[in-house]
Amino acid sequence: MAADASAPTLGTRFKRPTFIGGVGAVFVALLVALLIKEATVSPSQFGQTTLIGLTNGAVYALIALGYTLVYGILELINFAHGDVFMLGGMLAITIGTHVFGLHHGQGPVTVLIVFATLVLTMLACGSINATIEFIAYRPLRGAPRLAPLITAIGVSFIIQDIGLAWKGPNYVTAPDVFPHSQVFSVGGVDYQWNHLIVVIITVPVLLALLWLVQRTRQGKAMRATAQDKDAAAIMGINVNRTISFTFLIAGALAGAAGTLYALWATTVRFDQGFQLGLIAFTAAVLGGIGNLPGAVLGAVTIGLIQSWNEGLPWHMPGSDWTQSIVFSILILILVFRPEGLLGEKTPEGG
Amino acid sequence: MLAWNTLGRPGWQSLRGRWRGLRAEARWGIAIGLEVALAALLFFVDHALGYAVLTLSAFYWIRRLPPMPWKLAAQAALVLVFLVFQPRSLGALLAIAFAVFWIPERLRVWALPVVAVVAAVFYPFYQTEMFTIPVFGVWPDVATGVVMIVFVMMAVGLNIVVGYAGLLDLGYVAFYATGAYTAAFFASQQFAGQRCPTPGVSIENCTVAAVPKHNFDLGAVGLVPGAGGIHVSGWLLLLLAGVITALFGIVIGLPTLRLRGDYLAIVTLGFGEILPQIARNGDNFFGTGVNLTNGPNGITPLDSIGFGNKLSGWTGGVLPSNFLTCCKANHLGHQFQSTDLFFWVAIVLLLITVFCSLRLQYSRLGRAWIAIREDETAAAAMGIPLMRTKTWAYASGAFFGGIAGAYYAIFKSATFPGDFFFNISVFILCMVILGGMGNIWGVIVGAAFLAYLDREGLANTGAWINSNVHVGHWHPNLEVPLYASGIYGLIILVVMLFRPEGLIPSRRRAAELHEGVHDEPLYDSTHAGTEA
Repeated sequence: MAADASAPTLGTRFKRPTFIGGVGAVFVALLVALLIKEATVSPSQFGQTTLIGLTNGAVYALIALGYTLVYGILELINFAHGDVFMLGGMLAITIGTHVFGLHHGQGPVTVLIVFATLVLTMLACGSINATIEFIAYRPLRGAPRLAPLITAIGVSFIIQDIGLAWKGPNYVTAPDVFPHSQVFSVGGVDYQWNHLIVVIITVPVLLALLWLVQRTRQGKAMRATAQDKDAAAIMGINVNRTISFTFLIAGALAGAAGTLYALWATTVRFDQGFQLGLIAFTAAVLGGIGNLPGAVLGAVTIGLIQSWNEGLPWHMPGSDWTQSIVFSILILILVFRPEGLLGEKTPEGG
Repeated sequence: MLAWNTLGRPGWQSLRGRWRGLRAEARWGIAIGLEVALAALLFFVDHALGYAVLTLSAFYWIRRLPPMPWKLAAQAALVLVFLVFQPRSLGALLAIAFAVFWIPERLRVWALPVVAVVAAVFYPFYQTEMFTIPVFGVWPDVATGVVMIVFVMMAVGLNIVVGYAGLLDLGYVAFYATGAYTAAFFASQQFAGQRCPTPGVSIENCTVAAVPKHNFDLGAVGLVPGAGGIHVSGWLLLLLAGVITALFGIVIGLPTLRLRGDYLAIVTLGFGEILPQIARNGDNFFGTGVNLTNGPNGITPLDSIGFGNKLSGWTGGVLPSNFLTCCKANHLGHQFQSTDLFFWVAIVLLLITVFCSLRLQYSRLGRAWIAIREDETAAAAMGIPLMRTKTWAYASGAFFGGIAGAYYAIFKSATFPGDFFFNISVFILCMVILGGMGNIWGVIVGAAFLAYLDREGLANTGAWINSNVHVGHWHPNLEVPLYASGIYGLIILVVMLFRPEGLIPSRRRAAELHEGVHDEPLYDSTHAGTEA
């Protein structure tokens, strides 16, 4: 990608930590001090919001990984990804309730139904995402890099309206199937099963993804394509198929996130995908876009920040300002540390 | 894919070859026959649509006739037919269109804009007389015209950023919002405050009705006596909004413009999301009670625009003192409305914008923008100061966006945070892309068309579809305006895939988009995966 030599240049990268880094450190230290104060004043509330933040972070991680995978391989911000996630939520509700007859209080069979719904939704969203790539991004492979970004926005709007036409402008509700009984209750901190289940399902998916990218032949092809498409092609890798496969995986992650979110939050609306997608994208950037563990780290960080901001009774903005806080983080990271938290940008995604 | 490559395309090509092999007369005959058949078919769906297709094809074929005397005679005949039997306004329109094509090509470059401006200026006079467009319905209202022009101004402003300098701005709505809120701050009672008329008594202990605390008046018109707040003359306000928005653009631009293209897009998107949230939550900042933007209720009403009593008196009432309370005059059979005045002022503002944009395009700065767009590294090597040049692009784009936003706010006499969603940014971007990035005429056409669609066109089209399209007894019941953003998304997608240079392309931009800026890839990027 010789055309973007204007990226953060070497000179600025070495100079930067002196002043900006200091300001950033002071800022973070202040925040940590505030958090500690908060934790000592009302430990139960602090623990509660932290756990909710972790659950939020798990869902964000699934979405953020999709952004980071696609960005790693194509250097494209796939705006439509958040909307594929939203579509996944709607699909999961439809498949779960209309195909498998999912409803509240079914007993152990719920596990089976949720699993089947999850798999089917992942397959569907993977195919949708790969189709999007085929229609909207592949014909623009050689075009200026802003061209696929623009079509991505177009696709995002189209998918939103597909959701709107399909389910209408109101919230679609999912049956509340996850148990609300407590896993543990320590010192006033309650943790309920419906939060834990999200984490329980998310972690194996993340591990499977890491294994896929780092240990398999297909993963090796993905990393090679991300590093240098031409060289990968010379080595006999079918570049286009690898890119399609990456979109398939990313879509499947979005589908998993959609299923979990729909069953956990029990409501989905056609325009939610875009907002949550932007939050997840921020998470991916925060962790260092193109970097898989970074995306998870960023997602958990954003999830915590969000729930602390909304849940703690301190003199801080509150939920009216969540969006602004997330975007301020995004802007600050992009301006001052575009390589994200985990240091050097690693486009190979591993 | 396989079928397309091995079978489909040669078949299609042979068909095209056979078509080319036909004699010219035979081709014309077939084409006219097909058009008449299509018109007849459409006639059953909607009479007007059939007529429209016939008219368009007649217009097309007459243009291809040998010049004299056939062409003139045919044109005159067509115009006459319409003037006598069909909507007269359509006849007049045809006459103008034919006349434009009689103008020598050398002068047409000037004639077309002049005709367009004249037609626009007199639009309020003949709008009610116009024929009904098939599918789209009646011609847009004058109020819609004002909104169209405002959006055209914004699109022309965005075109400086996206089209000239190649910086993708996904948060242009922030500039629009800045302009609108500047107008709202400086021309409303927002900052009036309250104090007790009894001296020495605080507002809490006041027993009589409170009066405004702050009052600043600078040439505003139509003020209620005793109203507080800041009231700056509307004309000054437009300039002020432009300057403040341009400064805001510089403030946003300075830290972010060194970012690469897609990161810049994201950062602008971020600003575009943060600003409306500030507006929405600005009635009580973090619980401090500071009311800056009046929150979700927005700021309303705003002062109107006008020339004041003195100027109005000197000119014998030709220049109205206040646009909102003007207009008892009746000229050329037309009762003047205040919307007409807003419309004309909007045209003047648009002309200024277009003039500046045109002058900028080939100025030293404009050429630097193009150089940066095409190859930033090479431009920097040639001595173009990247940051300064990009910041200028941002500032100029923001300037016009701010003026347009302020004017729209004054016209609506209100500002609401709900007007500044991300959709609007994409909407304006869609205008630029549809018309043709970098080409101001294309952008104007694209923006006018899309703004019209947004205000009236989609609703009219939806109504037409619901009443005219049916299969058996089944009628669709579509709420087309609901799907506006999806339609814009589709337009963006289709244009970027099939005609990335837009409807009316700039030649230079088209070459960039078609030849690409990267090296030729070693793998087959378009017909991918067919053999695998």
